[in-house]
Amino acid sequence: MAKSSTGKGNARRSARAHAATGAGKVTATRPRRSRQAAAGAPPEPAPSDRLASTELTAGQQLELYRFMKLNRMLEERLGNLYRQGKVVGGLYSSRGQEATSVGSAYALAPQDFMGPLIRNLGSMLVRGVKPREVMMQYMAKGGSPTGGKDGNTHFGDLSRGLVAPISMLGALIPVMAGVALAGRMQGRDLVALTYIGDGGTSTGDFHEGLNLAAVLGVPLVVIAEHNGYAYSTPTSRQMRIQDIAARAAAYGIPGEIVDGNDVLAVHAVTQRAVERARAGGGPTLIESKTFRMKGHAEHDDAGYVPPELFERWRQRDPIERFERHLLAGGLATAEELARVAAVIDAELVAEMDFALASPMPPPERAFAGVYAT
Amino acid sequence: MSVVTYLEAIRQALWEEMESDPRVFLLGQDVGTYGGPFRVTAGMLDRFGPERVIDTPISESAMVGAAIGAAMLGMRPVVEMQFIDFISCAFNQIINFAGPNHYRWGQQVPLVIRGPAGGNVHGSAFHSQNPESYFQHTPGLKIVAPATVADAYGLLKAAIRDPNPVLYFEHKYLYRRIKAELPPTRPAGAVQPVRPDWPEPQGPEGAESVAGAAAVTGSDGEPVILGKARLARAGRDLSVITYGAMLHVAMEAAERLAAEGIDLEVLDLRTVKPLDEEAILATVRKTNRVLVLTEEQLSGSVAGEVAARIAERGFAWLDGPVHRLCCPDTPVPYSPTLEEAYLPNVDKLAARVRELASY
Repeated sequence: MAKSSTGKGNARRSARAHAATGAGKVTATRPRRSRQAAAGAPPEPAPSDRLASTELTAGQQLELYRFMKLNRMLEERLGNLYRQGKVVGGLYSSRGQEATSVGSAYALAPQDFMGPLIRNLGSMLVRGVKPREVMMQYMAKGGSPTGGKDGNTHFGDLSRGLVAPISMLGALIPVMAGVALAGRMQGRDLVALTYIGDGGTSTGDFHEGLNLAAVLGVPLVVIAEHNGYAYSTPTSRQMRIQDIAARAAAYGIPGEIVDGNDVLAVHAVTQRAVERARAGGGPTLIESKTFRMKGHAEHDDAGYVPPELFERWRQRDPIERFERHLLAGGLATAEELARVAAVIDAELVAEMDFALASPMPPPERAFAGVYAT
Repeated sequence: MSVVTYLEAIRQALWEEMESDPRVFLLGQDVGTYGGPFRVTAGMLDRFGPERVIDTPISESAMVGAAIGAAMLGMRPVVEMQFIDFISCAFNQIINFAGPNHYRWGQQVPLVIRGPAGGNVHGSAFHSQNPESYFQHTPGLKIVAPATVADAYGLLKAAIRDPNPVLYFEHKYLYRRIKAELPPTRPAGAVQPVRPDWPEPQGPEGAESVAGAAAVTGSDGEPVILGKARLARAGRDLSVITYGAMLHVAMEAAERLAAEGIDLEVLDLRTVKPLDEEAILATVRKTNRVLVLTEEQLSGSVAGEVAARIAERGFAWLDGPVHRLCCPDTPVPYSPTLEEAYLPNVDKLAARVRELASY
């Protein structure tokens, strides 16, 4: 079945068992952690720095690296623009979560659909979003994908399989279930993927959407990014369980847990879920254990997060960790990785120049386009 | 021509759209095997199959959310609220997702949410509501409220073919109480397959081409267009602007008042959003006295919006204050004596008209 996997025989077998017998079981794709957190505690980083084994080629792994690096460097550029006062509204960072976005999006086929959230810039980049589009969105420029009507990553483009989110968390899950349903009705070979955070799993739409998707058996994959905090609220104030994946049992669907800072593991587990969905096996809930390395938004210094927690997770930074993997495995040299960064930097400068030059939208646009005609 | 009820007209319109357009499908609670508590979807599961007549869990928000997702991919979902009161459980999906979507990123969301609205059937607080005022505030939505058999038929077809999210509030009091002639149901051929060569999903720029809306011809042969009011009765002395079941109250009052020498004009709005301001101002200009009659609670009502527009743009033509006859600001009561006190009726309307006519 899976073209790639974590390569861990037992994880692979249990995934097969899921596909065969269904539902309701929670599988950890990595060994259980030595540090067992209390129910509702923020996730802890993986004890080992080693990444899951993969069947991805060296070229594909370098592509993953490029997307993660682009994700981070674009957000750093956006941070500069924010501090220069050029970003009109808030700025939201996915620092520390790049592997989850990029690894999961990379498991999709071109005909698949995705509903990203605010911390899934990396997923959007994998789907072909250009840095200038994101920059213009944040700067509310007339040339932005929404023409200045909406900001940040809140834009979509069906030709790239992208559905725009709304700020009300959970709402995308039933919507993406509907995308998956329509895809099935239309005979498209289509899987829908969307994301939710630990806090977002507390919403009614999370429950309604996953339950409906499970009952209808539509090809939907939901990735719950368990990043420890919903704005300032720790997981312990959201739920009395340690693993979000345990919620899958309530819907009779497979639940998987993955080390969200291991891009190869995220890719493998998503690929399995996508293939299961494509084969008619219905939805999967994947919990990605990761950590939000900044505040909720740029204005938030995250003073409520214990510094030692940041420090522990910094040692498992998904990009640096992947660099160590690439170098140790002889998949790339330090010079090659530096060149990737240099090319991205040059690209971002050009994209930023373009975005800055875009005019603000004409005021009369405020009144146009309420209705489709 | 065959004589059908308001309810059968809804069913016939839905059936015909299902027959002619494979993009149309149904989502709702008990719409399949059971055929809906009011039998609107009776027989559709057998005809169109479980793929297009989908019984859902009791999850209004997920029903609407799924409809939004499917609509984006070019489908034409019709969501049934078992009673329209339950639309509140899907409020977020409607006002934050469906309504603003086209404005925000250019992607149309052609869907219909329909269900039985209104009182006078002793349904009490949660089976009698008229929730249009909650939604009239939301940009991007359209709201229709048919008062006649012809409109129950034509407006539903127009709603399904409209490229926007349309709330279709059918009045349950009218379901089996009014009848009229409609063209017979088209003879059933083979059901259109759901999977002809489906167009690829388009970016926002090309979105419109996915779903060109064909015009609907009403039972009178005239095109049915959302946003157009209908002059239900021409008169000289005073205008009653209304919609839904209250149209019939207005028409009966007009007969009674004619005997007293008061000639009422009655305008049936048909579409609550967007309002046909031209037709509203035209009747104000003609009669110079206007009463807005609706079955909503008074405060924050559609009637208030109509009155405000008249006050703002038709003030010079007015010979008296704009009156609103609505329900009081209470939940809908259960006991028949209480509900009768709560609802507008012919007596209450006639009294208010006499008062206004004296200006």
